Amino acid sequence: MAEVIWGLATSHVPSIGAAMDRGKADDPNWKALFDGYAPARAWLAEHTPDVAIVVYNDHANGIDLDFVPTFGLGTAERYDVADEGFGRRPVPDVVGHPELSLHLVKSLIDEEFDLTVFQELDVDHGFTVPLSVWTPDPGDAWPCPVIPLLVNVIQYPQPTAARCYALGQALGRAIRSYPEDLTVGILGTGGMSHQLAGTRAGFINPEFDAMWMEAIEKDPARLARLSREELIAQAGSEGIELIMWLIMRGALNDEVVKVHSDYFVPASNTAAGIALFDNRAAQPA
Amino acid sequence: MTEDRLDLPGTPIFDGETSRRGFRMNKLFMSLRTAQNRERFLADEAAYCAEFGLSAEQQTAVLDRDWQAMIDLGGSIFYVYKLAMMDGRSMQYLGGVFTGMGEEDFLAAMRAGGRRDDGGQ
Repeated sequence: MAEVIWGLATSHVPSIGAAMDRGKADDPNWKALFDGYAPARAWLAEHTPDVAIVVYNDHANGIDLDFVPTFGLGTAERYDVADEGFGRRPVPDVVGHPELSLHLVKSLIDEEFDLTVFQELDVDHGFTVPLSVWTPDPGDAWPCPVIPLLVNVIQYPQPTAARCYALGQALGRAIRSYPEDLTVGILGTGGMSHQLAGTRAGFINPEFDAMWMEAIEKDPARLARLSREELIAQAGSEGIELIMWLIMRGALNDEVVKVHSDYFVPASNTAAGIALFDNRAAQPA
Repeated sequence: MTEDRLDLPGTPIFDGETSRRGFRMNKLFMSLRTAQNRERFLADEAAYCAEFGLSAEQQTAVLDRDWQAMIDLGGSIFYVYKLAMMDGRSMQYLGGVFTGMGEEDFLAAMRAGGRRDDGGQ
């Protein structure tokens, strides 16, 4: 059976990728962010899974507004890195794991999560920046095959936090029911508080972010009770994408061990957070 | 019948109604990912807008680079940003426009920890 060995929550702000691609990680405006990644990166380098799943959203690169799937899963052998307008990021294309993907699709649909299936999908910064946060220097290939799990967070109504958490729990069961012995890492991406448009642009809510960071580890069910409206009010109109962290967290055990977390303002117009959880803790009987 | 829509001060909500309104314009922004389309757009912006079926007011907003109007007329910030990138404008520049603060003050506010609902930082 397959086993989730870790969960990583991380922001996916495009400028984080751009700072890395342009060698600006030591720039005074960025150094503290990247220093804050170091302990997680060191731990992850020692715990490479057989497959990773990235829960993310597209930003007008892989899909447009013709189709707005609430949840989607890639089943391809490869996912190309999208050209978002000015050349693709200089990072490797993504090798998928179609066998696990197809198992996840069947298991999740059997559990009544009616996912959209993607046989072709270009992945944008929402996907590649989290991979870079994990693996800053991938060389010719990312550390393992990666499966995209897409979530609509840009067109209201987004899925509820409760639905995301429940999907994560079903995803955890689906992974555990895979017949082959595989280790799996799950990345929940996006956030933390931010708003890009309106007179409220630039909104950051460190108190909410601190509450979220604590609860995502210890009491995710509390976060799953937040309404869409509360999330937009407290985390900003784009901060609602934090619901993708709940899919990652739902796939982990109730008890996890936090390896590392950090918080940084601003990455572009966003509060950036990282949290890494070891999922191999002994569970209460 | 009109459903109640979420109404938060200073917070555009890109909902289904907004997305319907901005559909053609957002498609235009999406098309600007390729260099070939950017060249065609820049060669004759009005004709390119007409090709995509923008409304007259959307076309005016695009031609005038009226970023607030693009949002008001159904633009998604992630799509509008494609045009801004083509113009060499950053998200901080747009933040300066949307807030009326200007790019420099907006950037300074972000570096000071971001903006808060109480109006302070």
